[in-house]
Order: sequence, then structure tokens, then C-alpha cells
Amino acid sequence: MAIITYREALNQALREEMRRDPRVFLMGEEVGLYQGAYKVSQGLLEEFGPKRVIDTPISEAGFTGVGIGAAMVGLRPIVEMMTFNFALVAIDQIVNQAAKILYMSGGQYNVPMVIRGPGGPAHQLAAQHSQSMESYFYHVPGLKIVRPGTPKDAKGLLKSAIRDDDPVIFIESELLYGTKGEVPDGDYTIPLGVGDIKREGRDVTIVAYSTMLLLALQAAEELEKEGISVEVVDPRTLRPLDTELILESVKKTNRAVVMESGAGFGGIGTVIGEIISEQAFDYLDAPVERVTGANAPTPYAKNLERAKIPSKERLIAAVKKVLAV
Amino acid sequence: MQKLERKELVDLLRQMLLMRRFEEKCAEMYAMGKIGGFLHLYIGQEAVAAGAISVLRPDDYVIASYREHGHALARGCDPRKIMAELFGRADGLCKGKGGSMHLFDKTHNFLGGHAIVAGQIPIGTGAAFASQYEGKDQVTLCFFGDAAVNQGVFHEALNLAALWHLPIVYICENNRYGMGTAVERATPVRELYRRAEAYGMPGETVDGMDVLAVRECVGSAVERARRERIPSLIEAKTYRFRGHSMADPGTYRTKEEIEREKQRDPLVLFRDYLTAEAMIKESDWKVLEKEIRVTVEEAVRYADASAEPPVEWLCTDVYVSER
Repeated sequence: MAIITYREALNQALREEMRRDPRVFLMGEEVGLYQGAYKVSQGLLEEFGPKRVIDTPISEAGFTGVGIGAAMVGLRPIVEMMTFNFALVAIDQIVNQAAKILYMSGGQYNVPMVIRGPGGPAHQLAAQHSQSMESYFYHVPGLKIVRPGTPKDAKGLLKSAIRDDDPVIFIESELLYGTKGEVPDGDYTIPLGVGDIKREGRDVTIVAYSTMLLLALQAAEELEKEGISVEVVDPRTLRPLDTELILESVKKTNRAVVMESGAGFGGIGTVIGEIISEQAFDYLDAPVERVTGANAPTPYAKNLERAKIPSKERLIAAVKKVLAV
Repeated sequence: MQKLERKELVDLLRQMLLMRRFEEKCAEMYAMGKIGGFLHLYIGQEAVAAGAISVLRPDDYVIASYREHGHALARGCDPRKIMAELFGRADGLCKGKGGSMHLFDKTHNFLGGHAIVAGQIPIGTGAAFASQYEGKDQVTLCFFGDAAVNQGVFHEALNLAALWHLPIVYICENNRYGMGTAVERATPVRELYRRAEAYGMPGETVDGMDVLAVRECVGSAVERARRERIPSLIEAKTYRFRGHSMADPGTYRTKEEIEREKQRDPLVLFRDYLTAEAMIKESDWKVLEKEIRVTVEEAVRYADASAEPPVEWLCTDVYVSER
């Protein structure tokens, strides 16, 4: 086990998969010469050359479509969005083409590609650069959505995403790139659709992923000191969603808090909350509580931004609310 | 281009006739309620797909818009399976899941019918990218209408193709109307092939009613793409004799205009040319008509006999693991 950053973990995954399979290539803005806007692709141009590490013009819809076409005829593209906010420029290609071609073609053409890049809130990047984009995509049948929160998960899930035969939306985080964690040695993968209990507990379940996972773990630590035992469930992929794991945990703790950094209205918390209410209602001792971002664009001002994004304090308050303490 | 032998010329004529009669039958089947949804007929434009696709090898790629019955037929897709797809049946090309606008056929490298205007242009560019990546000398033909050139991805894709020297030929079928909006009401530069200048790629215009002219023009562009990796934009000037879809009020053009354009019916022009050149006789034409009638009737019979897709198929093919 080595301790490396989330960024290095992603870099290793890209490097190992590109070594393993010559059909895998990386394409996006500044992925080559510039070494990646967030340095995720650092050193890849040197190792694999410009044929496989391809700098594109600022043309998200265009190069996403190129990735789709290349995937249809046998390559395995990794398309980098410098930030996932820019994927909106390509959303027609992602939603109308990538996600539907297998279905429309009656199973003839699949689109094995990964669209990856950072998303969610960062530090004072304001409204157009700090959105939790997963909610735009998890609604779409045909797409898989990955939201890794730790270096180990980032590497293992990215390798699985690259080997997957369907289009995968893989959303990283600017705030997580520098975080460190243990990563297994050698080749390993983590299957898509399998969640992970990040901390075991008895009294309440917190469902959280990506940056919110770190917040949840910190809150759990603090609550432990107050004698409250928190279980933290990290779904890791939002589609397919490991509903079994979430339900098992809730059936054990009888209480649930669902977190997300994005705006709450129509957020993933509504989906997870609904699944819990539908399938574990009799086990619940309190209504499912949600801790979400405010229903406003992300502001620039530091204090407003802090208020927009869920905080540890709000999470702790929500946990106490479902416990009625 | 090499001069065509009689047999090849008659094959081209046969193909255009098949497109025409097949689609006339489609209109009939639509009126009978056997075909639903949107049905965009290609009638009037047959020379473009027939001429262009005739220069391809089987391993080349073709991608088109939602007005793609003709392209699929020209590519050699089974008319029976196309008709079954239009009927929404299990034996359709895409198991009845795609319909008229989404014909795909992997066995013929037919990358689909795409129904978001211009959506297929970057995808076709991606197929060409893959050929280059793998060092193959395949070429992609990417078809779209005149309205597609005003979409953003048209620009993005042509820019990338020129920048990366991709083996692709973009064929803009200018039938003069994007749905009901005339080209001159959609863009100030009416010579659409001139868009190529912006990307430093060859741009040409060709009479899209003349199948041999299309073949010649596209043939050179395909060779250029295959040998020299130079992409091209070809504007084929054509005309759609029917409405945009089956629900077309026809308010945007006059009957006189349509009648005038029908004087240059590509099928009639080519038949008359072959007759004048003594390549075919009246009796040959009759034989062809009969042969095609049998093919089309057989397609309808096949589609009629095919079962509806079982409801269990509703959620298959969403993900590969659930195919």
C-alpha cells in the first residue's frame, strides 16, 4: 500500500490502462503539452506520444462526438472535460448520442468511452465553474455515473470505467486532487455499481460521496465523541446505484441522512431518499433528512459560497434531528 | 474516376429506382398506419446517396441524418429489414427500437441515422479519427442537410477534421430547405461549399440531380481522403419532391416551384441518359421496374409477417451488460 494523492491515483489509472490497451487514448483541452489543467495527465504525453494524448481546441461538443464515433468503431476514448461544467456544451452529444446509440441501434453499436473531469464546488470559482453536474446525467438511461471520493476508489473505478463497454461519466473534484490516501499496489479495479461502507456505525446512516464524503467522515468523528455512532455509506457510483448497501445500512441504523453538494431541488438525495422511503419505510424511526447545497447558483463571495455548500455543522444538526437529540 | 461498364450503370439505376419505389411504398404504408412517427422521404435526392456511396469499399463508413432510407439502401442494407424497422417489428434492422430516423447496420458499416440536426457530423468525424488512429485506409462519408451547416458542431467537426487530416468526406445535401426555412433565410452565404474555406479544406459543389456527376465528384474526394488524408466538403445541390415529413403544410414553397424542379427528376434524367447512350432499352426499364416491385412487395410482406418486439426487450440494450 502506497500513500498517494487522488490526482496521482487517477494518473496511474490512465497510465496503466493506456499501457494495457492500445485502443485507449486520452483527448481533451490541455491534456498534453500543458500536462493537464489540473495535472491529472502529467507525463502521459511523454510516455504515449501525441497520437494517444491528444490536445484539442476548445470544442467540447466536437471532440466528445469524435470520441463517440471512435468508440462505435472499436476504440476506447477517454475524453477529458477541463471542468465538468463544460460538458454542458457537449450535452447533446452525451445524452442524445452516446447514451442512446446502443439502444437505437438495437444493440449493434456500443459506445465504450469515459468522459471525465472535475466537478462540484471548489474555491470561489463562482456560478459557472462550481456545479455538481451529476444530476444532469444520472437521469439518463444508458449512462453510468461515477463520483469517487478517495484515491483508492478514484484509481480502481477509473480503471473499471475505461474497461467498461458503456459510456461512463466520471466526475472528479478540484478539491480532492490534492487529498491523500492509501492505494493498493499493482493492478486492481473496483466494480461500478458497488458502494462502500467508509465507516461502520450503529445509530444513523449518512449517505455521502465525493467531497461530501470527507465532510461526513469528519462529522462522524466528532459525533463519536458525543457518543453517536455514525455509519458512512459511499455509493461511489450513482448509476448503477448500490441500493442494496444503502438499504442494508438503513435497516440496521433505522435513520438516514443523505448529502450532496449540489442544489437540493431534484438532486440525487431525492432519489436516494425515495428509495429508502419506498423500500425501508418500516425500518425508519425518523423521516430521511437531506443536507444539500442551497437552491441558488454558486456565488463568488467567500461567505456566501460557504453558506451555499453543505457544512459539517449542518450535517451534524441533521444527524441530531433524525436522532431527536 | 474509371468509366463505368454497362452493368455498373444499370446497378446505379436499379439502386435509385429501389429508393424511389421503396419510399413511395413507405408513404402508402404511412397512410395505412403501418408506419408511425416521423417519416422523412428522400424522394428527389436519390442521385446523391446512390452516386456517393457507389464509390465506397465495404469497409468504409457511412453516417447520415434522419432522412437516411436512401443511404441505407445504397449501402446495401436489406430492404426487408429496413421496412420491418419502419413497421416497428422485431426483425427490423434495429429490432424495432430505432425506427425511420435511426437505421443502423453494423454488417454494412452504416453508423446510423441521427435525428438531432448535425449531431452525426462529429460522430462521423470520430469514425474517421479511428481509421487514422489504427492506420487503416478507410474513408467515412458523412451526410447531412443544408440546415446542418448552421449548427455549432458542423463547425467544430470540420475544424477538427482539417486540423487532424482525417479521411472523411462531408456531403451537404442542399435541398434548399431546412424543414420550411429556405437556405437564404438561414445563412447569408448561400454557397454552402464555401464554408470549407474556413477550414482550409477543399470545397466543391456538384449537381445532385446527376448521379454520375456526384459519383465523379465524391470519387475524387474519397481518393483524396484515402490517399492523402485530406477531408473535403461537397455541396450536392438537390431538391426534395415531398414534404419535410409526412406532415408538411407546404406553405413555404409554391407548387410551380416543385413542378419545375421535378423536370429534373434524377431518376428520369439518368434513365433518359442511359437510353440515349443506348445502354438500356424500354424493355430493360420494364424488367427493372418489375424486379424492384417484387423486392418492395417482398419487404412489405416480410415486415408484415414479423412479430412486434416482445415487451421484454423494453429495457434491454440500454447497457451492454443487459444486451
